[in-house]
Amino acid sequence: MQPSSHNFKQNAKVALADKDLQIALAQVQEGFINKRARVVDKLAEFEQLREQGKQIRNHTLEHLDYYLERYEQAVTKLGGHVHWARDSEEACKIILDICQQAEAKSVIKGKSMVSEEIGLNDVLEQSGMDVIESDLGEYILQLAEEPPSHIIAPAIHKTKDQISDLFVKHHAQYGYSERQTTVPDLVNEARAVLRQRFLEADVGITGGNFLIAETGSNIIVTNEGNGDLSCTLPKVHIVTSGIEKVIPTLDDATAMLRLLGRSATGQEITSYTTFSSGPKRPGDLDGPEQYHVVLVDNVRSKMLADEFREMLRCIRCGACMNHCPVYGSVGGHVYGWVYPGPMGVVLSSMNLGLEETKDLANACTLNGRCAQVCPVKIPLPDLLRNLRRQQKRNLTAWQFVTG
Amino acid sequence: MIQAENTENHGCKDARMKKPNVGLFVTCLVDLYRPNIGFAAIKLLEQAGCTVEVPKGQTCCGQPALNSGDYANSRDIAKQVIETFANFDYVVGPSGSCIGSIKTHYTELFENDPEWLGKARDLAKRSHELLSFLTDIMNFDAVQSTFAAIATYHDSCSGLRELGVKKQPRQLLGKVNGLTLKEMHNAEVCCGFGGTFCVKYPEISTRMASDKVENITESGAEVLLGGDMGCLLNISGRLKRLDSSVKVYHTAEVLADMTDIPAIGDGEND
Repeated sequence: MQPSSHNFKQNAKVALADKDLQIALAQVQEGFINKRARVVDKLAEFEQLREQGKQIRNHTLEHLDYYLERYEQAVTKLGGHVHWARDSEEACKIILDICQQAEAKSVIKGKSMVSEEIGLNDVLEQSGMDVIESDLGEYILQLAEEPPSHIIAPAIHKTKDQISDLFVKHHAQYGYSERQTTVPDLVNEARAVLRQRFLEADVGITGGNFLIAETGSNIIVTNEGNGDLSCTLPKVHIVTSGIEKVIPTLDDATAMLRLLGRSATGQEITSYTTFSSGPKRPGDLDGPEQYHVVLVDNVRSKMLADEFREMLRCIRCGACMNHCPVYGSVGGHVYGWVYPGPMGVVLSSMNLGLEETKDLANACTLNGRCAQVCPVKIPLPDLLRNLRRQQKRNLTAWQFVTG
Repeated sequence: MIQAENTENHGCKDARMKKPNVGLFVTCLVDLYRPNIGFAAIKLLEQAGCTVEVPKGQTCCGQPALNSGDYANSRDIAKQVIETFANFDYVVGPSGSCIGSIKTHYTELFENDPEWLGKARDLAKRSHELLSFLTDIMNFDAVQSTFAAIATYHDSCSGLRELGVKKQPRQLLGKVNGLTLKEMHNAEVCCGFGGTFCVKYPEISTRMASDKVENITESGAEVLLGGDMGCLLNISGRLKRLDSSVKVYHTAEVLADMTDIPAIGDGEND
């Protein structure tokens, strides 16, 4: 997507004056902050668990090459294929090739931020494929033709009224002309429309919350079950993930899952925790015929070697943005790229460069609430301060050049 | 908690021990806008059994430069602070954010300079935010103050998250005659000051300050207390612009019984 991070200041003013956005953002307090606080209070060892999560992620990053190769071997043994993509362009090309070889007309997607990062939907659609987002939030945004504004609640910026309007406009063609106004009715209508699309899909694309090196399994966590259907119904399943998402063992996965649900949605465990381990085996009742994993680098291997390495511990829970008072005031779109909030400031700066993103690192009070809730203890304020330092260095170098 | 690492106790009740010699780090905002807080800090430290000096050479701690990514200038300022406060048993300041910089960030500035790193670590060990110093190091609880009001407490971010200041001010305020503390919703959420943040992004800052004012108002408090002049100036400005009658004081002023001057943000003629 075309970044608009350079317009942060102007976009923030617009967001502050947007009444619907402000109503929608007010949900963050109860829906995320209070729910997380209650579930964390119930788990006496949560702080030790955070330390364990940090250690697991640090250990993996320390030996990332080893665990990625172990993971590739395990996936291959299961009959799957691992593909390595240096950047977004390569990743999209690999996925497009797989879809074209499968003669795909229709692609169904589970939620994947990496697919947003690489701009996958546009590439597939330009090649004539029908791409359908099956996560309810992503589906709403696909109808609205908007990018996500939150990494786990992509349509958090929409009010219920706005969603009702979108469904009336887009679902009439399927015979749903009545305007639904309650959440259960809206969900049921979306479910009914999407069910047919699942059945028609030739390829299913999902993200990966954790890749387990020991078993070659991919874990996704969802609350809608759309991820399961995207994995199991189509004849081809493609997993898109960043190279940093690997963890060593199933034991490690259980620790990480205890952190993820609580930190993300304030749930002890999400409704669905789905393990995909290769294609359908002889005798299996369901599952895809082909199983592909596309591992994307983009700037990750560069980050591994620099001062921003700690950011690679991130497990994409969204707690930092939920607890960020700046995000809470202006929402996610203002950050201007795929990843918003504190974690997004670092990732956007790494991916887009300091010139495009110079406002992002400064638009932070360094209040530290993000670091306090991060399940893997990423020192986000320190990373943001370091970004300001890099900006200052660049500025000094420029002043030297221009005399 | 960081303070817990320091097991030394110069408790005022133990007359056999030499009185600890405290260097008061006044902070820029107290010096320029609210000297009363500095005098209140001296009074409290003396009540707690310390001798207090205010070294003349002191300047800013360098936090604005540090948080703007200007490490070179921050380093020069830090060296000056380190030298000025080299000979005190303790360095105490009425601000979690200035002391947070000295205690948690100075060492980052000298990662590649062993000599100054050692000095920065030594200063960090001796530096304390005022309210937590009174309770955690001096075991002070003999508060002599009367302040008849319903107050609510804003937890300033740096004090709270860098230094673990949370229960100490509440513990001390509990000893003030006539004072009732009522907790507000989201007491731990940033007020929108953020140093240079409020200058660079005034609209977002104003919105955050308005949220803070809403929570203060909902608490039913007549007075807002805190431990950091930056936040208190920011919040008092917003309270005024939203026509609130809530008065703002630094906790040290209340504890030292020095609230007989106009509240923070109130002019002499208000």
